[in-house]
Amino acid sequence: MSMPFYVSPEQVMKDRADYARKGIARGRSLVALECEPGVLIVADNPSRTLNKISEIYDRIAFAAVGLYSEYQMLRIAGVRMADLKGYSYSREDVSAQEIANAYAQTLHQVFTHEMKPYEVELLVAGVGHEPGENDLYHIMYDGVVMDEQNYSVLGGQAEQISETLTEAFEPNADLQSSLKLGARVLGEEAEPLSAEQLEVALLDRTRDRRAFRRIAGDELASLLG
Amino acid sequence: MAGDRRATAGYTIASRRIEKVFPADAHSGVAIAGAAGPAVEMVRLFQVQLEHYEKVQGAVLSLEGKANQLSMLIRANLNAAMMGLAVVPLFAGYDHNRNRGRVFSYDVTGGRYEELDFQAQGSGSVHARNWIKAGWRDDMSADETVDLALRSLFAAADEDVATGGPDLVRRIFPLIAVIDTNGYREIGDDEVATRSEALLLGPQRGGFE
Repeated sequence: MSMPFYVSPEQVMKDRADYARKGIARGRSLVALECEPGVLIVADNPSRTLNKISEIYDRIAFAAVGLYSEYQMLRIAGVRMADLKGYSYSREDVSAQEIANAYAQTLHQVFTHEMKPYEVELLVAGVGHEPGENDLYHIMYDGVVMDEQNYSVLGGQAEQISETLTEAFEPNADLQSSLKLGARVLGEEAEPLSAEQLEVALLDRTRDRRAFRRIAGDELASLLG
Repeated sequence: MAGDRRATAGYTIASRRIEKVFPADAHSGVAIAGAAGPAVEMVRLFQVQLEHYEKVQGAVLSLEGKANQLSMLIRANLNAAMMGLAVVPLFAGYDHNRNRGRVFSYDVTGGRYEELDFQAQGSGSVHARNWIKAGWRDDMSADETVDLALRSLFAAADEDVATGGPDLVRRIFPLIAVIDTNGYREIGDDEVATRSEALLLGPQRGGFE
């Protein structure tokens, strides 16, 4: 009878984490910023059709970096969960927290039990009715959840971008300055990303039901000025 | 789209303020007739289905697609319909692929029929439809159409016991929604009230001199 080689659990986890991190680091980053009108999500994404940011429910948005096919699957699962719960109970009963929880559990399960971990990092953002009542749940490839304030950064360059943001972020900024900040931190030194390189969406706290709104085309170009 | 506010249970009034016109999504609406319980439930499910599709696919269904989806929901209700709980909605919306408004009516089996001009549904629909037929023109403005809808509902309430007329005492008026390129919007209660009063108390006394 052949015995498999012994590999320590620490080593297995480390290898998986390295693998997932490498996958995520290859992609482009995105930032979510709390601002006066709500929560602004700005992604470095030149594609018009392959979205990184999308709507989950009335006041909840989803954003992800990493492997498109994997986060797409997770996104659809989130939409399904939210719609099913809102339909079975009430629209008010759907919260960003439980969706973040479900993602954390799924990612943790995959990370510990499957051969290959998901190479994704997710953000579940919820917008409140008043400024400062927002939720930013940042979920890592291994299921670790972070409840963040003011801003959230996802992707390979997260550390550098966070550093810039700790100094540059101002609470309750208006839409335009938040957007410009997002474009600046995602770009290379002193070279902010242009409208063609960005995917932008806003969870607008003043909107009646569905707060999610994409900012694109002429509107985006004129805001970036 | 316009609907009166009356629900009946046998010969009693079950509700004076029920709503029969709903937004299906941003650019379409659905109006219900038949058994209220299953009808409202059907609308709720329909709304969720359209929104779900929109979010998952990242694109809105075509108007035709929405109309067919509603058709399937009505078909699924056929057994209940055979036991007396029929639901027969009207569906209307703005078709962005064809750049015009479209109206669809249904039968209890889910049969879907596109109308070229207008349609009415429910117990008082014969009277409403006849009134519209006499006054409808191809080139009516939104304003004139709202007035015609109000008059046709009044005519139906005048002849049919299960259709509610404008209630000036309790201030209950029909629910009216306009759908155009800008999407679905309800006409405010105050405006419908003013128009209803102009119609009922004006020189034409509700259109009947």
